[in-house]
Amino acid sequence: MSEVDFTWKIGGEAGWGIKSSGFIFSKTFVRSGYHVFSYDEYPSLVRGGHNCFQARVSSRKVYSQLRLVDILVALNKESFYLHSNELKEGAVVIYDGGEFSLNEGEFPSISFINIPLRKIAAEKGGKKVMMNNVALGASMAVLNFDLGILGDVISDQFSDKGEDVVLANIESAQGGYDYVNALERKALDKIVVRANPGEGRMLVTGNEAVAMGGLAGGLQFYPAYPMTPASSILHFLSRWGEQYGVAVVQVEDELSAVNMAIGAAFAGVRSMTATSGGGFCLMTEGLGLAGMTETPLVIVVSQRPGPATGLPTWTEQGDLRFVLHAHQGSFPRVVAAPGDVAEAFEVTRQCLDMAEKYQLPVIILLDKFLSESYESTDFFKFDQTKFHQVEKVKADKVRGDYQRYAFTSDGVSPRAFPGHPGIVVRANSDEHDPFGFSTEEIEVREKMMEKRFRKLESLKVDLPQPRLYGQDEAPITFVAWGTTKGAVLEAQRILLGEGISTNLVHFVYLNPFPSEVVGRRLEQCHTVICVEGNYDGLLAGLIREKTGFNIEHKFLKYDGRPFYPEEIVSKVRELIK
Amino acid sequence: MRGVVELDDKMLKEQAAGVPTDLNTHNQPTWCPGCGNFGIFTALKNAFLELSLDPSTILCVEGIGCHGHVVNFLQVNHFEGLHGRPLPIAQGAKLANHELNVFVLTGDGDCLGEGGNHFLHALRRNVDLVCLIHNNQRYSLTTGQTSPTTEQGDRTKTSLKGVLEKPVNPVALAIASGGGFVARGFAGDVDHLAKMIVAAHRHKGFAVVDILQPCVTFNKLNTFDYFLKRVYKLGEQEGYQPNDKQMAFKKSLEWGERIPIGIFYQEERPVYEEQLPQLAHASLVESKVESFDFEKILQVYS
Repeated sequence: MSEVDFTWKIGGEAGWGIKSSGFIFSKTFVRSGYHVFSYDEYPSLVRGGHNCFQARVSSRKVYSQLRLVDILVALNKESFYLHSNELKEGAVVIYDGGEFSLNEGEFPSISFINIPLRKIAAEKGGKKVMMNNVALGASMAVLNFDLGILGDVISDQFSDKGEDVVLANIESAQGGYDYVNALERKALDKIVVRANPGEGRMLVTGNEAVAMGGLAGGLQFYPAYPMTPASSILHFLSRWGEQYGVAVVQVEDELSAVNMAIGAAFAGVRSMTATSGGGFCLMTEGLGLAGMTETPLVIVVSQRPGPATGLPTWTEQGDLRFVLHAHQGSFPRVVAAPGDVAEAFEVTRQCLDMAEKYQLPVIILLDKFLSESYESTDFFKFDQTKFHQVEKVKADKVRGDYQRYAFTSDGVSPRAFPGHPGIVVRANSDEHDPFGFSTEEIEVREKMMEKRFRKLESLKVDLPQPRLYGQDEAPITFVAWGTTKGAVLEAQRILLGEGISTNLVHFVYLNPFPSEVVGRRLEQCHTVICVEGNYDGLLAGLIREKTGFNIEHKFLKYDGRPFYPEEIVSKVRELIK
Repeated sequence: MRGVVELDDKMLKEQAAGVPTDLNTHNQPTWCPGCGNFGIFTALKNAFLELSLDPSTILCVEGIGCHGHVVNFLQVNHFEGLHGRPLPIAQGAKLANHELNVFVLTGDGDCLGEGGNHFLHALRRNVDLVCLIHNNQRYSLTTGQTSPTTEQGDRTKTSLKGVLEKPVNPVALAIASGGGFVARGFAGDVDHLAKMIVAAHRHKGFAVVDILQPCVTFNKLNTFDYFLKRVYKLGEQEGYQPNDKQMAFKKSLEWGERIPIGIFYQEERPVYEEQLPQLAHASLVESKVESFDFEKILQVYS
C-alpha cells in the first residue's frame, strides 16, 4: 500500500449534522483499513454558529490532527473563509455555488468543485439536509474511492430510522459521487486511496474509551450530572449500562453525584462519576470525604478552559493543580491523565482497581480534546481476571469488634461492607479511631493520618512510570502530560524528517509524583521544552517543586485550541536557530 | 478495647439468631441534658426492635449536626458523611445493596438548608429508605444560629431583631414534591414517634418523618411545653384519611395553636430501584462481575 496521509474537513452551521458526517467519513476509512484521527470544533450553541470536523486518514498510526487540509467541504461561505488559510497547495474545495459564490480566481493553487449539493440532495434524498451525504459522496469521488463502505456505514448510522431514510441517504451520496465523476477535471488525483481490509480497528472517542475502561474495570454504579465535555460518558453508560450491570443515575447536581458514588462504594460496588472543572468544584467536598472515610472512588474530570463557565466547548489542561490540591487538609489521592484513547481505556481500568485496592479517591484528567476526538485504535481487551478482590472479613468477628480503620503496616485496613453478618461497619467523616468512633485524641489523630498516607507509599508498586518516546539521548527533550502527547509525537516525526532528533518524557500518572526518576532523567537532558495547554506551566511548576529542576523553555497554549504538531515544530526551529 | 460491647453467651446466641440485643455502644450520648435527641434515639431503637431488624442489616446515614453524633452511640452500620449530603450517600448505598435497611438521620439545616436540593430530588426519585428530619429549628451544634425552620420573628444570635424569612415547611414541601410517605412526630412522644418510624420503614419508597425536636439550649420558643400544649394526633381525629392529597396539604399548613402529628399522606408509587433491570435478580453488591461478552460493543464501535 502506498503511503496515504490526508486531511478532510467539513464546515457549516451548528445543527447541520457536521459531526455526524465527520463521523461517517472517519468510520468509512477505519473500516477500509486506515488509521484515523478526527477532531471537531463547535460553539456552545444548538443551532447556528460555525461547526467544523476534520478527519486525518493515514496508512500509519496517527496521533493527532494536522493544521493543513487537503479537502475542504464548505457548506457555507463562512466555512471557506475561516479555513482558507489552512488549505494545502493543490487542495480541493467542495462547495455549492447555487447557495453562495466564491471568487475562485483569488486562489490559483486550489481546485474548486462547484456542485449543487442541495439540489442533488432534494432530488435524490428528498430533503436538503441530506446535502452532507451528497458532499460525502463527492469526497469519495475526489479520493478515487468507491462508495461501498460509505454505504455500509450510512446504513449502520441510520438503521434505526428505517430503510427509507437509509436509502435516501445512500442515494444522496451516490448523487454526489456521480456528479463529481462526470466532471472533466477530477482534482487531487495524487491521492489514490484503496480499501485495505483485514486489519480490524475501532473508532472511539476518549470518553467512550473511559466508559469502556469502566466496564472492563468492573464498574457497577455511575451517578452523574451532565457537563460538557464529560457528558458522553454518561450517554455511553446510559446506553450500555443495563446490559453490563451498571446502574446509571442522572442526579440533581455534582454534590449528589459524588456523594452517591461514595455511598454505593461504601456499600461494596465499584463506583465512578465524571464532570468538568466546574462540576468538580462542587465535587471537591466529596473528594475529601472519600479520602477520610477511605472509600474507593474514581472521578473523571474532563477539562475545558476556565475559570467559571470559560470556553465550554473548547480544550485546556488548566486543572492539574486544582485536582492535585482540591479539598481542605491532606489525604492520599492518585491523579492520572491518559494521553490517547488506548491509554484512556487502560488507565480507567487500572484506576478503578487501584481505588479499590488502596481504598482512596482517584482522579482521571481528560480534556475536551481527548474526550471528544475520535481515534482509531486496536480492539480493547476486556480482561477482568486480574481484579483486586476485597478480602473477606472473617465471619467469627462479632458486632462491635470489627475495626474498619485498623492500623496496618501498608495502611490498608480490611474492608467489610454494611450487611456483613454479625458485624457493623462504621464510616465517619470526623477523625476517628480504628472502630470508626469520632475522636479528638492526639495520638489517634497522628496515627490515623500516618496510616492513611502509608497507602501512598504502598501503591507505588502498582504505579506506571513516565514513559520515554524517541531516542534515549537527544539534543531536544519534550516534557508533556496527558493529551499533549499526540501532537508532540507527530512533531517528533516531522523533526526527525528534518534531521532533528528528539525525545519525549510523557506523564500519565502525576500523583504520587515520581520525583527521583524524573529528576535524574531531566538532569541528563540538553534542551528541555515543556509543552502544556495552560497559562501557568503547571507541570513545569510541579517538576520544579518535586525535583528542583527548572524547565527553561515552555510552550504554553491557553486559547482553547489543542496543540498542532506544526506549531511545536516551529517552536523547536526557533529555539535551535 | 475501645468500642467493644461485652457480649455474654446468651447475647451471642441471640445475635446469631438475628435477634437484636443491645443497640448501644460503650459511648454515652453527649447531647445536652433534656435534648430532644434522647427521645428520638429511644424511639429509633424501639422501632428497630419492633421491626425485628438485625443490626447488621441496618445502615444509618447521618449528616452533620447534633443528630450526627449518633454514629458513636448506636451499634448499627453507619456512614456519617458531610453536612447536607446524607440523602445522596444513602441513595447510593441503597442502590448498591437494596437488601439494607437504610435510615437517614438528618437535621433541619442539613436536610432543608445545605441539602435542600437533594431533599426535593429524593422525593421525586423514590428510593426505598426512611428520612428522619431532626427539626430543632436551630443550628444548635454551631451554637444556635437561625435555621431554615426557625420561626419568622424569632430571635437568634444571627437574627437579633427576629428572623425575616418565612420558615420552610418540610411536611408541605414533601407532599408538594411527590413524597409517598409524609409524617410528623414529636421527640416528646416516644411511642408515637416509634410508630411513625415503623410505618415509615414499612412503607415501600422514600418516607419522610419531620420530627419536632426541642432544643433545650438554644430554642426558648419551641420548647417541650410549647409542643405538648399544641400537638394532636391526626390518627385520632375522626375521618382523617392519609390518602387525600389535598386534605394532607391543607393539614400540613396548620401550625400555631394546634400542630398535627401523625401520617399526613401516604401513597404507593413505583420504587426507583425496582425499575432498574440491573437490580432485578440480585443487589449490585451480590451480582458478581463476571466476564461479560464485550463483542457487541466492539462490533458497534468498529
